[in-house]
Amino acid sequence: MAVLQHIGWGKGYSPEIPARAIFFLSALFCSSIVVLILGFMVLTGLPLIEHGQWVNILTGDWNPARQSYGIWPMVLGTLWISFTAMAISFPLSLGCASFISILANHRTAAILKGCVGIMTGVPTIIYAFAGVFFMVPFIRTIGETGSGMCILTASLVVAILISPTMILFFMASFDNVPSALFDAVAALGGSKVQMLVYIVIPACKKGIITGVFLAFGRAVGDTLIALMIAGNAVQRPDSLFDSARTLTSHIALVSAADFASMEFKSIFVCGTVLYMITTVVILIARAMEHNYTGKENSDE
Amino acid sequence: MVKNFMIKKFVLPVTALFMALIMVTLVQANDLEQFKGKAGDLRIAGGTAHIPVVKEAAKRIMTLNPDIRITIAGGGSGAGIKQVGEGLIHIGNSGRKASDGEISTHGLALYRWAIDGVAVVVNPLNTVTALTRGQLVDIFSGKTTNWKELGGKAGQINIYTRDQGSGTRDVFWKKAINKGEIVLSANFVVSNGAMKTAVANDPNAIGYMSAGFVDKGLTPVEIDGVTPDDESIKSGKYTIARGLYSNTRGEATGLAKLFVEYLLSDKGQAIVRENGFIPVR
Repeated sequence: MAVLQHIGWGKGYSPEIPARAIFFLSALFCSSIVVLILGFMVLTGLPLIEHGQWVNILTGDWNPARQSYGIWPMVLGTLWISFTAMAISFPLSLGCASFISILANHRTAAILKGCVGIMTGVPTIIYAFAGVFFMVPFIRTIGETGSGMCILTASLVVAILISPTMILFFMASFDNVPSALFDAVAALGGSKVQMLVYIVIPACKKGIITGVFLAFGRAVGDTLIALMIAGNAVQRPDSLFDSARTLTSHIALVSAADFASMEFKSIFVCGTVLYMITTVVILIARAMEHNYTGKENSDE
Repeated sequence: MVKNFMIKKFVLPVTALFMALIMVTLVQANDLEQFKGKAGDLRIAGGTAHIPVVKEAAKRIMTLNPDIRITIAGGGSGAGIKQVGEGLIHIGNSGRKASDGEISTHGLALYRWAIDGVAVVVNPLNTVTALTRGQLVDIFSGKTTNWKELGGKAGQINIYTRDQGSGTRDVFWKKAINKGEIVLSANFVVSNGAMKTAVANDPNAIGYMSAGFVDKGLTPVEIDGVTPDDESIKSGKYTIARGLYSNTRGEATGLAKLFVEYLLSDKGQAIVRENGFIPVR
């Protein structure tokens, strides 16, 4: 009943009602899919929990020849690649966004902005393919040993993939800073760089944090780059030059296995773990957003 | 005058070209005739070694008869068998014989149309071009880690392998390294094509792939004194070999049946040979 009232039922007919109903249904559809997918993965993975294999799968090594179906090396691979990619991409993106929004002249800014816009549209496979032919040999030469297919190579390419997300997000929040603040800095004789460091970036914390977490989500979820470049070895990685496999590549590599096999069942554990990582990331982002908004309000 | 010129300059050559085209079509049509007047979709997926042959056959069929649409995907032998068994595709290719369990679960019919070796490959810059089975086992289990130990230039051995669903891996694992262990640090690639790219670009690489895929960018390794080539594979002297299969759920029917028959026809077997595989007929 509450739902019906929510969409404007029982308040007399108005042309708004069907429109509201359609939008409400779209929203309901989208959000229910999220819940349904989680439910699907947990339900299909449930037999593993009941048999107490959940812990073994989560913390063990992957060696099907020895009946060991652990995905911990893949969890580590995912975390290594996404954190390294963030570490490379965040300073680059912040610098790029600052330059375009604040420091560059109008024409340069327009050209750069266009380039970043195009970058968002480039399919992942293109980055991955270019990575195989340019980055892999390059890193192999630098690393001196190893195949060049490693965490570092994949992270560099993922960093390129996720940077437009951050740049566009940062720029959007930079552009929202009231121009009165700019005038004030100029009146005090401050340079553009001072304005950027002391006014714009602190004022945009919220936008920056949201951009960072969205980009992190993309890095965790990306499949093709890691699949084609990271080497997909099932060892536990402990250096940037180690070959590693992410959860997403693991799903892609194992999904050809038999339905009834343990290999196949482990896919649902992978899926659930990926889901958890993304959920935790989003929750942290929300919490931090709240924190900063709270502080800003109390300052006023 | 102008008319005459036109006829000489354009109409005659065009007619000649047309006649030639018809002739070519007639000659080609012998084995393809079955496909005339047919229409529909044919979905093929699975083994990646099969792709060049299947693609060429599909191209010829679709050029003759545009009403037939053939789609070809990879995914590996495991995916091919699984998808055809579930009725998602019409033909599932596999680079290994489907297991008895798979055949009985899905009621598969198997059609073998080529023989293919699984070659151990290294980069052309590598001076090690002959290995014994024992050395191969040691390399893949991680016991031998440097090319220097095998008489080559110093350099860490980079192992490339395929995922569990690969028929090529299955054959290599059983026939080349006696179901031995493959070290956890080995790199995984997703297809025969990806293996070629990886080994051709890495001077310290070792991998294994469909012998039909080996070209100048790679060196096939002599195993126990036998090089994988057409003769040694055909005669059975090179033992790391397998059939290339197309599988259907139940006996092949309709377009799938015609397609398999085409692969087994003289024309089809010629495509098999042109692509570096060994015909079965």
